[in-house]
Amino acid sequence: MANKNTCMTCGGSQGLCGGKGIATLKDGIWTSNPLAIQVLGICSALAVTNKLSNSLVMGVALMFVCVGSNLFVSLLRNHIPHRIRMIAEVAIIATFVILFDQFLKAYYWEMSKQLGPYVGLIITNCIVMGRAEAFALQNAPLVSMVDGLANGIGYGVALAIIGFVRELFGSGQVVLFGMTIDLGSWYTPNQLMILAPGAFFVFGVLIAAFNVLKGSDPEEDKK
Amino acid sequence: MSETSAIVILIAAVFTNNILLSNFLGMCSFIACSSQVGTALGLGTAVTFVMTMTTMINYIIYHYVLISKEAAGHFVLVAADLTHLQFIVFIAVIAAFVQLVEMIVERFSPKLYFALGIFLPLITVNCAILGASLFAIIRNYTFVQTVGFGFGAGLGWLVAIVLMAGLQQKMQYSDIPKPFKGVSVAMIITCVMAMAFMGFAGMVTIQ
Repeated sequence: MANKNTCMTCGGSQGLCGGKGIATLKDGIWTSNPLAIQVLGICSALAVTNKLSNSLVMGVALMFVCVGSNLFVSLLRNHIPHRIRMIAEVAIIATFVILFDQFLKAYYWEMSKQLGPYVGLIITNCIVMGRAEAFALQNAPLVSMVDGLANGIGYGVALAIIGFVRELFGSGQVVLFGMTIDLGSWYTPNQLMILAPGAFFVFGVLIAAFNVLKGSDPEEDKK
Repeated sequence: MSETSAIVILIAAVFTNNILLSNFLGMCSFIACSSQVGTALGLGTAVTFVMTMTTMINYIIYHYVLISKEAAGHFVLVAADLTHLQFIVFIAVIAAFVQLVEMIVERFSPKLYFALGIFLPLITVNCAILGASLFAIIRNYTFVQTVGFGFGAGLGWLVAIVLMAGLQQKMQYSDIPKPFKGVSVAMIITCVMAMAFMGFAGMVTIQ
């Protein structure tokens, strides 16, 4: 693949492939957070984060797909011929995406409507593909599952932060499981935050914030 | 949706409903390949071509194979409802099509292959391609509308990435605060671009 240095590798996370267990977990959630540090899978991340509840569902969806596909890619890793590994991975990923999509359609129709095509687009989400390619192909099933889980959580957390900020400032209140956080009447909701530009802006600032917190140099990470 | 003409949908897909700036699709390659205008143009052209063709093929497959006989109301290849398979079928079509184009271009026009060839594998994993196919199905477009939408969405993506590449080239000389360097500032520029494109909003409206 020509885009090796963006989507298909673990970017600035050389330690990841050797790490096991807790180290894998920590890497996925924090050190090489797929969204904020590696900047993978942003398409869906930006599209569904206009509400916190949508973001959480998307996080769960990705976690499910990532764990499932990592497990099966890892189980089959010695049987998949190298030349056709991409298409095999896509087939496995697509299967899990279909499962989740059918589940949403059956039990949470409203949510399925709101997420629209973005559930299907998990197939082309670079995180899932990247983890299958970079981790599951080289590692045992169990640790691959942990890696999938960690990346799912890392993605979900970043998504939840973006979703929270956008919903809070975009509509003046956050509604989740019947609980409401309200900014009060003094705040005039800024519609722009719910619309597309708000997503780009919040995400840009989030990456910058992660860079500050981690104390990393983005120019170095690119290498 | 059946009364909207394909031209309107095409224009809307380029400006008001730009697939990148309002639907956030194709961000990965947008971030990775937007440092040079030439590269961006090549990738954009390849995306436009593949998107137009695959939305068309996927439309035909969806309406003549996957959909159930009752829902379609006309001849279908398989009477049973196979719509739950649409993701896996669509992505397979896209991957196969890209591979095919790559082989044909390599065989018949090595020059074009060197100009566009390197971008072709990238396109399989470009979510804008799959997204366009899915949108065309969800919005119930007719065949002609689908062609207009596929071409327009590709063109819109091309416009966005070329504009971005131009900006990125200029930005190499600007003094950006350290944590914002790289992707972060690219996002914020995209934010401003998306705002600018919102100015087209009143022009034409589709869903």
